[in-house]
Formats: sequence, structure tokens, C-alpha cells
Amino acid sequence: MDSQLKRGLLDVCVLAAIKNGDSYGYRIMNDLKPYLELSESTLYTILKRLETAGMLTVRTAEHGGRLRKYYHITGEGLRRIREFREDWQEILSIYRFVVKEDEDE
Amino acid sequence: MNKREFLARLRAGLRGLPREDVEERVIFYSEMIDEGLEEGLSEAEAVGKLGPVGDVVAQILADTPPAEPVREKTGFRGRVRAWEIVLLILGFPVWFPLLLAAFAVVLAAVIVLWSLVVSLWAVDASLLGCALGGAVSAAAFVLRGNGLTAAVMLAAGLCCAGLAIFCFFGCRAFTKGALWLTKKTASGVKHLFIRKETA
Repeated sequence: MDSQLKRGLLDVCVLAAIKNGDSYGYRIMNDLKPYLELSESTLYTILKRLETAGMLTVRTAEHGGRLRKYYHITGEGLRRIREFREDWQEILSIYRFVVKEDEDE
Repeated sequence: MNKREFLARLRAGLRGLPREDVEERVIFYSEMIDEGLEEGLSEAEAVGKLGPVGDVVAQILADTPPAEPVREKTGFRGRVRAWEIVLLILGFPVWFPLLLAAFAVVLAAVIVLWSLVVSLWAVDASLLGCALGGAVSAAAFVLRGNGLTAAVMLAAGLCCAGLAIFCFFGCRAFTKGALWLTKKTASGVKHLFIRKETA
């Protein structure tokens, strides 16, 4: 898959994992596991990128005698998900066109 | 491998990265191992789930974009060839006086420009002085009982005051223009020798 496209998809997947409530690294990994293979390193990179882009914020809270980082989606992050849904319709119509061309051959 | 060993090897493998970034990564992986333990895994299992530490390090390094420092370089930009150095040395008697003359011309132009600024302000100041002088002499003539001369002096003073106010705006605009031109010239000269570029 094209690396730019894949990067965009991964970003939206991680945002979707926190859109219904704050989450933490381990839970995000587990939530995404049924849909895609993601290493901890990649997840860290994505979280960092989204934080820098202002699409999520990070807070540290105590949990079971240790610290845990929680990720919270921002308005910008929600907007990115909305954009993705809009873009996807366009991608789908392109896909249908490409598949149709193949079938016609 | 236990958690401590894993994190120590991770830290050692990432020592080329900025310290703050390394610590953040170590905290992230430490949290991942703790979460695994909390889920009921053994320490070895929780660490093993992350994969071999060498692979983890390699992937982090692969995911880390190379730094893009902004460097200021001299006009020579990188390596200078041997023949260029020879040419520079041999041509010194020609290019150095020419360069010096060019500098002198630019400097002279700037000095002329600022001399104009100073003289314009001097004209404005003298007009203001005339206005004050007119007012003072008008008062003196009134005291001496020479009303007509006093009126003429006052009128002349008022004319000078009007001109001084009018000239003030002109002087201010000219000074701003001179300042802008000087800045442009200075940055132009600077960019002849130093250019900014991304590596």
C-alpha cells in the first residue's frame, strides 16, 4: 500500500480508537488488533505525530500505584475523522471506476 | 529477559537520539510491560510480547525521521576545488580592490542618503526656530510700541511655524524611506555572502 495512504489510515484508526473516550497505549493496541497489525513503536510514532498536530492531548494519571498516559481526542482530531469519512466516499467512487475498467477488459 | 534488562538495552540502543525522546520511549515501553503484567502475563511474557529488543530499536530508528537542521553556509557552499583556491589567490590583486571599491560606493550612497535626512531635519528645526524667533521679536516690538513691525514679525513667525509642521511630515516619511532602503541594502550585501538553506 502507498505509504502516504497507509499513514493517513493509521492516524484515523488511532483517532477512532479514542473518539468515544480517553484511552491508553495498551488498550489502543488491543482495540486495533482485530483490524490491523501495529507494533508498539509504530503506535508511539502515530500518537506523537497526532499530539504534535493538535489532534489529541495527553494526560498522565495514577493507576494501580503507577503512572498511565491517557490520550484524549481534540476538536481537530474529530474534524480529521469527519474529513476521512468524506474523502472515503471519493476514494470508493474511484475504486468502483478502476474495478469497472478491469471488468470491461 | 526481564523488564529492567529490556529497558536498559532499549535505552542503550537509542543513545543516538535526543535524551528526552529516549526517555519518553522508555516510559512508553515500561507502561506497555506493566499493562501486560496487569493483564496476568508473566514478566518474561509481557516483555516477549514486544518482540526482540534489537528489532524494537531498529524499528524505532527506522520510524524516526532524520533531523533537518537549518545551516548557515558561506557563499562558497561546501567543498572548494583546488583550482578555485588558486584562482582566488592569483586574482586577489584584481578582485579585492574591486570589492573594496564596491563597498565604498555602497557606503557612500548610504552616507549621502543619511546626510539628506539630517539636512532635512535641520531645515525643519530652523523653520521651527524662525517661528519661535518671530513670536519673541513680535513680543519685543509690541513692548517697544512698534505695532506694525510686531505684526509683520508675528506673521512671518506663523508662516515659519506652518512650514515647520508641513515639513515635519515630509521629513518623517523621508526618514522612514531611508531606513527601509538602508535595511534592504544591508540585507542585500549580507545575502551576497551568507545564504540560508536547509540541509
